[in-house]
Amino acid sequence: MITNKNDVVKRLTNVFRDVFDDDSIVISESTTSADIEDWDSIEHINLVGAVEDEFGLRFKMKEVSGMKNVGEMINIICERGRK
Amino acid sequence: MKELCYPFDGKYIRKNRKKLKKQLLSDGSQRIKKKIAVLGGSTADDVVFMLELFLLNFGIEPEFYLSEYNKFYEDAMFGTPDLDSFNPDIIYIHTTSRNITMLPDNTSDSPEQIEERLNAQFDYFKQIWINLAKKFACPIIQNNFELPLCRHSGSYDGWGYYGKSAFISRLNVKMSDYARRINGFYINDINYLSAACGLEKWHDPQAWYLYKYAMSLEVIPDLAYSIACIIKSIYGKNKKVIDLDLDNTLWGGVIGDDGQEGIEIGQETAVAQSFSEFQSFIREYKSYGVLLAVCSKNDRENALLGLNHPETVLKPDDFVSIKANWESKDRNIEEAASELNLLPESFIFVDDNPAECAIVESQLNGVSVVNLTSVGSAMYNLSRSGFFEITSISADDIKRTEMYAANAQRAAQQKSFASYSDYLLSLDMHAVIEDFQPVYLQRITQLTNKSNQFNLTTKRYSDKDMEAVCASREHIRLYGRLTDKFGDNGIVSVVIGRCKGDALHVELWLMSCRVLKRDMELAMLDELVSQCKKRGISKIVGYYYKTAKNSMVSELYGSFGFELMEKAENGDSVWSLDLSCYENKNHVIKKESEKDHDHE
Repeated sequence: MITNKNDVVKRLTNVFRDVFDDDSIVISESTTSADIEDWDSIEHINLVGAVEDEFGLRFKMKEVSGMKNVGEMINIICERGRK
Repeated sequence: MKELCYPFDGKYIRKNRKKLKKQLLSDGSQRIKKKIAVLGGSTADDVVFMLELFLLNFGIEPEFYLSEYNKFYEDAMFGTPDLDSFNPDIIYIHTTSRNITMLPDNTSDSPEQIEERLNAQFDYFKQIWINLAKKFACPIIQNNFELPLCRHSGSYDGWGYYGKSAFISRLNVKMSDYARRINGFYINDINYLSAACGLEKWHDPQAWYLYKYAMSLEVIPDLAYSIACIIKSIYGKNKKVIDLDLDNTLWGGVIGDDGQEGIEIGQETAVAQSFSEFQSFIREYKSYGVLLAVCSKNDRENALLGLNHPETVLKPDDFVSIKANWESKDRNIEEAASELNLLPESFIFVDDNPAECAIVESQLNGVSVVNLTSVGSAMYNLSRSGFFEITSISADDIKRTEMYAANAQRAAQQKSFASYSDYLLSLDMHAVIEDFQPVYLQRITQLTNKSNQFNLTTKRYSDKDMEAVCASREHIRLYGRLTDKFGDNGIVSVVIGRCKGDALHVELWLMSCRVLKRDMELAMLDELVSQCKKRGISKIVGYYYKTAKNSMVSELYGSFGFELMEKAENGDSVWSLDLSCYENKNHVIKKESEKDHDHE
């Protein structure tokens, strides 16, 4: 369980910036794939993998296909993240 | 790029792949361009992306065709307009055990029925290879199959008639049998790779259900690296030399302090045994044509004392160069490279001292470094790095060390002659310079694809390209083989020209650097002119295409007496020679024909 949501957002932002190679990316709970130009289904796979590596958790299948925005991702990370 | 050298951090590479690609593309290095078709039996986007990074790092800039998801069979058998017009240089078939459709699933089947399934499954893949080879005549790389993680019947699964693992293993054996018979067909051994990574790590059912990846995302960099190694080997980008430190690298202890009786090598202690195994491991590379060298901070006599230890596996004769002195190691490696007429980038340096490794790495661009922290990890890193990925073995590979040793003898003799031409005459050189012959085609192709320095056009040929040139009537082809009193140098030069009207356009002219300054190039030119005259050709047009490595031949045609026709800003040039009053230039090499030549 990770309690510091701000810290999660900060680390998550860095993951997004690395994966999309764009240092101007700023994410919030309401960010969706529509907000980031390169975020297609192929990049989604890579992004999910990188987030899993960063926080030491594994998303469930339903979560991978059902996440509607970054906020849901953050909630899952806070609940199950191990690092 | 350090990040892309084995052992790499796959997670880091995956996350930062976009940045890494940008860095590679903007590093100013020259790369050969290759078109690679990836025919996937599962999702392959990530494989392609990783493969691109590793290839860029090996000096190859790939362009990809990627089949639609799981359309490898349809693409291969029926083609698509996109694939056909893409006209690949290499095809990689990314299939896995997920694409095996005829696994045994019923214990009421008879052994004969299982056998039939096995044959049918193999034929299904074989058709693809035959069809692709016919259509595209290019190298094909095919994954073999990984074993399943889950077994219904325990160990029985690996040997019984109904075992899936047993079925897959037999399929792999059939595939290997095929690969040994067919030129230009290469197996990417994911059976090994999945075992080395561990099947628990390799298999990821969730990645299959979600994305249709046939393995975990985590191992995709390993997979891509393995494919990249095969491709760079096909294009002649393997390393050539292992340059080794001595103290605590080839034996335990410090010879200068401990003396011959004090160093650990042999069977007496665990440490001694580990270094003996390391020496044996290194020695085996010799039979693949890899050269061994020593680079050690030691007095030379102490170094030789160690290498003459009664229990040592590697003897002084096993090395083509022994640098034992107190100079810096990067200087020594550079010197060894220049003495062997090789580039430092064909060297691998192995040392237990991380500081020495760091210096060599920072001072010599392209030299690969293996820091020996333990014998076991050094052997594993050396092998997994794919420095010597083998895609063909020629007779010359097996005796390469002897050839270089003979070279050293020649150099020693040179010093005692009054003039250089006296020296050349004393070598009693004989050359066979003739049209290509099928038995030599593999060596000719291999030499063609790895020669960088004495190479006017650096044009590369696949096996199939070379076969086409070989069968063509409009080409004049010559290979040159040089023998002297110290031994047979093997095939050392290749020239290919295309006849157009009354002119011959030279598409390829290369020579192995181990016969530099022997006038072999003049003997080749004499024969080329004579062949041209027989065909009524009155002019030879030569092309020099500048690369980072071939400046030594930028004026070659000029030195032959060709006239400069054009010189481009990028350094490329075109040259022309009128044959009407050509006189033979070689006076030191005697010509003989293949028939007179003594085959060993």
